Amino acid sequence: MKPSALEAQTTPERVPPGIVDQHIVEIVSDSGEGAQTCGQSFGAICARNGNGVWTVEIIPAEIEPPARSRAGASGSRIRIGSRPVTNAGDFADVVFAFNEQVLYSRIDSGALRPGTLVFLDSTWAENPIGEIRDMYSDAVADFRRRGYAVTEIPIERQCRKVTNEPRRGKNMWVLGMLCALYDLDLELVRSEVEKRFAKKGGAAVEKNRALLEDGWKWALENTAHRFHVPASPPDKPTVAMNGNQAIGLGIMASGMELCAMYPITPATSASHFLASAFPQVGGFVHQAEDEIAAIGFAIGASYAGRTAVTITSGPGLALKTEFIGFAVMAEVPLVIVVVQRGGPSTGLPTKIEQGDLLAALYASPGDSPKIILAPATIEECFHFMVTARKLAEEFRTPVIVLSDANLATGQQPFPKPEVSESWLASPIDQSDWDQETAPFAWDPETGLSTRPIPGRRHGQFVLTGLAHDEHSHVAYESGINQRAMEMRSRKLAVLAGSLLAPRLHGAGEGDLLVVGWGSTLGAIEEAVDRLRARAAKVSSLHLRFLSPLEPGLKRIFSRFRQVMTVEINYSDPIRPPYLTPETRRYSQLAQLLRAHTLVDIDCWSRVPGSPLPPGLIEQELSRRLDDIQREGTHNEHTR
Amino acid sequence: MNTLAERWELEPRPTVCVLEDYIGAQARWCPGCGDHSVLGAVQRLARDLQLPPERTVTVSGIGCSSRFPHYMKTYGFHGLHGRALPVACGIKSRRPDLNVFVVTGDGDCCAIGTAHWIHAIRYNMDLTILLLDNNIYGLTKMQTSPTTPIGQHSNTHPQGSQLPPLNPISVTLGIRNVSFVAQTVDWNPPHLYATIRAAYEHKGASFVRIFQRCPHFTSNIFAKAQEDPSRILMMTHPGGINLDPNMARAFPNRIEHDPSDLSAARALADREDVFTIGLFYRSAASFRYDHQTAQGLGATNDEKLAALRKALDRFLVS
Repeated sequence: MKPSALEAQTTPERVPPGIVDQHIVEIVSDSGEGAQTCGQSFGAICARNGNGVWTVEIIPAEIEPPARSRAGASGSRIRIGSRPVTNAGDFADVVFAFNEQVLYSRIDSGALRPGTLVFLDSTWAENPIGEIRDMYSDAVADFRRRGYAVTEIPIERQCRKVTNEPRRGKNMWVLGMLCALYDLDLELVRSEVEKRFAKKGGAAVEKNRALLEDGWKWALENTAHRFHVPASPPDKPTVAMNGNQAIGLGIMASGMELCAMYPITPATSASHFLASAFPQVGGFVHQAEDEIAAIGFAIGASYAGRTAVTITSGPGLALKTEFIGFAVMAEVPLVIVVVQRGGPSTGLPTKIEQGDLLAALYASPGDSPKIILAPATIEECFHFMVTARKLAEEFRTPVIVLSDANLATGQQPFPKPEVSESWLASPIDQSDWDQETAPFAWDPETGLSTRPIPGRRHGQFVLTGLAHDEHSHVAYESGINQRAMEMRSRKLAVLAGSLLAPRLHGAGEGDLLVVGWGSTLGAIEEAVDRLRARAAKVSSLHLRFLSPLEPGLKRIFSRFRQVMTVEINYSDPIRPPYLTPETRRYSQLAQLLRAHTLVDIDCWSRVPGSPLPPGLIEQELSRRLDDIQREGTHNEHTR
Repeated sequence: MNTLAERWELEPRPTVCVLEDYIGAQARWCPGCGDHSVLGAVQRLARDLQLPPERTVTVSGIGCSSRFPHYMKTYGFHGLHGRALPVACGIKSRRPDLNVFVVTGDGDCCAIGTAHWIHAIRYNMDLTILLLDNNIYGLTKMQTSPTTPIGQHSNTHPQGSQLPPLNPISVTLGIRNVSFVAQTVDWNPPHLYATIRAAYEHKGASFVRIFQRCPHFTSNIFAKAQEDPSRILMMTHPGGINLDPNMARAFPNRIEHDPSDLSAARALADREDVFTIGLFYRSAASFRYDHQTAQGLGATNDEKLAALRKALDRFLVS
């Protein structure tokens, strides 16, 4: 196609500047057309280039949904920046769509804004089926009416020149075009493709290189758009991965040797990764017959001296709660990873929600104090696994690590961890047990004790889920249960005492403090930064320990006129007559913090099944800040 | 005159464990409960084979029989209702050095824990699984269990149980990769002992169903079999579970059964006219999952760290 012909059919309404600080790109296709691979490769290339990157997957619910359907849209969003990128951002600047229907899916999700540059495969305009041709042309007109800057590009037609299987080639062609668009070094791109396809052999590498180079060349010859996101190449070794891979690697680095799991979205990919990598460090993944068996198996291994991990999501957590209570009662070290998804019930299996905090805390019968951690970044997904095993053993208790679908599928570069031998588990102690020491010789101050592990002579005892005394003898006398509960509970207070107060993002006092947890870190901080740049007195604080809570919260809260949480779980808005401040139900962390600090903490939460964009958070915080300002003026008036 | 060899060393005698070394807390089962005889048999077996108490773990779920670990002086794990088997498999997964006994009941194994029972048989890890089947829920006071005979009255079925009872032996023999299935009665100590011993000595998951009397709630069920030995059919075979001739006289009704014959075992298991005891099936060739789960146990820290760095390098972008 000649440039002039292209000019004739495109109407870029706004040509963005050449140099941009950050940009958001989406590639979206039918499931199976490789848009995710394209996105991951583009993200990896940008990371190698030294850009900040955050990649999220756009995942359909089915494996092979019908072609050209909105529900079947599959792909990636890649946000690149000249500085580290901590979240997926607001609206896409550039979208590559393999057909018009998948683009509608993104429009429905609110991913586009007027002016978004849309590159749409124009091959549909030549489709033998009239209905498809009509759908396509109607859609293009509609997109233009909506204000998107649509450029029709002949993706499939170009791919046919290189391969007779264009469905399997479009993604590489688009990758080539993207790299030209973003002014990236072709050699960097070539080597990434070689790396990715090396296993599939020379022919695959050749074909994909040819597609890549054709896309690249086509872009240079046919489009005027060129962006440059300045980058500074990383000065130390950098890795890029998603949160589930980070959890898998963290497990390997933590010295745990056994993962017992049952398949559940979106947690399973962590186990997939482990299943292939774990044997290299002598570990084993057990796929159990159900969620209950998975945790039972892990508890068995932990009891026998090898602290184990089980990985699940909300519905699996629900099934595991009886065993979690057992591990609390019998003081068995154990790590439980919960990659949260939308609930209740089957909910939104592939989508993000932070709805399992209270279930993790309270779902077991009776009082079951346990440690709960929530990584906020992909790097933390790695390191928290090492921390989790150590805490589980030191405090002789289960540790729940709450991740979510956003971290699980998001990709981000971070410095390659320097692994340490001290992270690995010591050999199982098989020395003789001191006969005088009870199996639960609780330190009366701390509740801590060490445990006899099978194999230690003179340490024989019966672990039981029944209320028991320090000899693990079943409690038949009153008083024993009270004391044992006290011992298990105070371990959390001891841990809380060893934690640092959380660090504030922004000033230590002001009008509004936003508290978050988990994967919302980047979006909340970005929203706060934008508002602070406009002199708003807003700060944020992000909790990593949710049980016990980090110390000093009440004092920190007292320095702000209002404290609120921002979460991705459900809360009622205030809408009289029924939804009043009294009847309204709060979001989960807000409930917890209100009970913990007696501060009147407000909340704003949403359950859209997607990460909260910083712009939306900014908008809400801005509204709150206005309210606070107004109330302040009002108070001054009436004083 | 006895003389000492020129080179001799005074070796400390290895510790010999006596029966008391395996006896834990005073058993609190009802007088006359069949669980007492099973406990005695396991304790004698442990002594006879000199199982190190610290390397022996008794795992149970919840129910009358699941109190078992408390009465042993080995390591014990008294876990959750129905969930003894996953725990036992987990223990064995990375500790092949431990002897693991699982004690479960008809509610624990055949109702709430059914999934784990099926899969533990399939995994075929080296466990000795004792199903103490009294045909009733005892601890919760007489509710119908999956093995309760038709017509038996209980608190949940006062008019009598109507569903045909589940046959644990038939079920177990129907699971692919099954490797050891036997049945015995609690009231004949020699046969009980011989059966549990054969189960222990088998390498793989050995499943033993023990007809166990509950004097409180189901005293009628096994009474006739106790009184009339012809109601019991004892399987014999040179490769099976055999009593010495004196003891064997208690079971005049016998049948020769080759324990490598799975079809014949299934046919015998399905007989409803008699209580069949002895070894139904044994296979040394079944796949052992514990050989898989223990892979990599010997890895050194240096090997682990090197492998870990390599795994991380796969994600390098610079």
